Amino acid sequence: MLKDITLGQYFPGKSLIHRLDPRTKLIFLVVFIVALFLCSGWVSYCVMLFTLSAAIVLSRVPLKAFFKGLKPLLFILVFTAVLNLFFTAGEKPLFTLGFITVYPEGIIRAVLMLLRIMMLVMATFLLTYTTSPIALTDGLESLLSPLKKIKLPVHELSMMMCIALRFIPTLIEETDKIMSAQKARGADFETGSLIQRVKALVPILIPLFISAFRRADELAIAMESRCYQGGDGRSKMKLLRFKGIDLYVFAFAAVMVAGVCLLKNWGL
Amino acid sequence: MLPLLEVKNVTYTYSAGTPFEHKALQDVSFCLNRGEFVGVIGHTGSGKSTLMQHLNGLLKPNSGDILLDGKSIWADKTSARKARFRVGLVFQYPEYQLFEETVYKDIAFGPKNMGLKDDEIDLRVKKAAEIVGVSDFLEKSPFDLSGGQKRRVAIAGVLAMEPEVLILDEPTAGLDPEGREEILKNIETYRASQNATIVMVSHSMSDIARLTQRILVLDDGRVVYDDTPAKVFDHAEQLLKMGLDIPEVTKVFLKLRQLGLDVPPVYSIDQAVETLNKIRGGDRHA
Repeated sequence: MLKDITLGQYFPGKSLIHRLDPRTKLIFLVVFIVALFLCSGWVSYCVMLFTLSAAIVLSRVPLKAFFKGLKPLLFILVFTAVLNLFFTAGEKPLFTLGFITVYPEGIIRAVLMLLRIMMLVMATFLLTYTTSPIALTDGLESLLSPLKKIKLPVHELSMMMCIALRFIPTLIEETDKIMSAQKARGADFETGSLIQRVKALVPILIPLFISAFRRADELAIAMESRCYQGGDGRSKMKLLRFKGIDLYVFAFAAVMVAGVCLLKNWGL
Repeated sequence: MLPLLEVKNVTYTYSAGTPFEHKALQDVSFCLNRGEFVGVIGHTGSGKSTLMQHLNGLLKPNSGDILLDGKSIWADKTSARKARFRVGLVFQYPEYQLFEETVYKDIAFGPKNMGLKDDEIDLRVKKAAEIVGVSDFLEKSPFDLSGGQKRRVAIAGVLAMEPEVLILDEPTAGLDPEGREEILKNIETYRASQNATIVMVSHSMSDIARLTQRILVLDDGRVVYDDTPAKVFDHAEQLLKMGLDIPEVTKVFLKLRQLGLDVPPVYSIDQAVETLNKIRGGDRHA
């Protein structure tokens, strides 16, 4: 059950999207999200949807993974759709149910909003599904490196992020183990009042924290014994380098944003 | 006689229906009788730990059943949890499950979950602490103890529930020789005092050969052998092929046989001494 969490999961592959420079993907994601919020009409949404679908097909990541990732957001999606459906005023009401009046504009708005959130989330998934955590933090570090000038510890921050991502599955596994061990001693997590259930978490959380600290300690010693001392003068095995294909992606991003802006002007 | 615990045609698959599907157990059947000391061996990934978690209802078999005193532990919703009080499971590195402020409270966690009365809990905690030899630090924090002491406290936490079947998954892993000996002795003491059934998973073939009356050999999710140590170690070559080890003495005697000496297969030091004495005696007469 705990193992089903897909947070930060990476699907190894060699597709076009996998091979892109992580910085390109990060920048494109930001541009994509901005463009998504510039969209106003059907046509521009179709452009965005086409872009995203093409990228997903190119990535060869199973479509199922994207929808599985959307599941935890189901509540937010439904909530947004319902709000937009009922609280958008238009000219001619479609029908009235008690104090609620639904306009055709409301339906359109609800659908578009739903589309917008789904595309936003799925685009982010596409990034984490096709980029290994190491490449991702490398890219982030490289993009944020100008901030070193104002004494921001960019390398340390990205290293912390990398380690955190790396340890998510380990901690999930550890939690599973501790839960089983306490269940073997008769602990009961499934029945009882809310307070009893919260109390039942103590035998899991304390060992989990202790083991997390122990792991952190061990990792720190392992890093120090391999002479890690932060980002200064640290070289990389895999240097990030923009290739021809990255240029095409940037060109496409520019065309996409320009297109969406034009469409917005024309009211589409 | 009805066996205490019966495993009937148990099959278990991890992540069924995904690309990560893995058949951990395939049609496993065996019985455990009261008072037996059973060893379980198998290389990493052969399904030992999965099987152990089936015996006390932590995992539910995909097919097949586990019978405790002839009744399925999956008969109704609460029966699996009740079974856990009678079938105690000590995980690998059990010291990582300690969480209470004092050793006393930690050992009392299991009996408390059973819903016992305070004086009964007190009695059981003291008895369990005595068996593993931690009576002196009942009021200490478990986190101030040494590794071996922590391990013994964790085992006491399960013993205090006084299970009729005690399952231990590599109880001596990562301990020094003295600590190992101590824990193995504690386990034997518990078995003798409660007439309990012990199931021990271990990679130490000499421990298994010395302590157990029966050995289950697991390979690729199946029980390959279920027999006395003498008979199981007769299959030395097959065991080695499965990636398993055999006791050092057995290896020595196997080599002797290859060198042309007519010796029977041997699996314990005592047996080896006896055999050697016989040979020496024979030589003298010759």
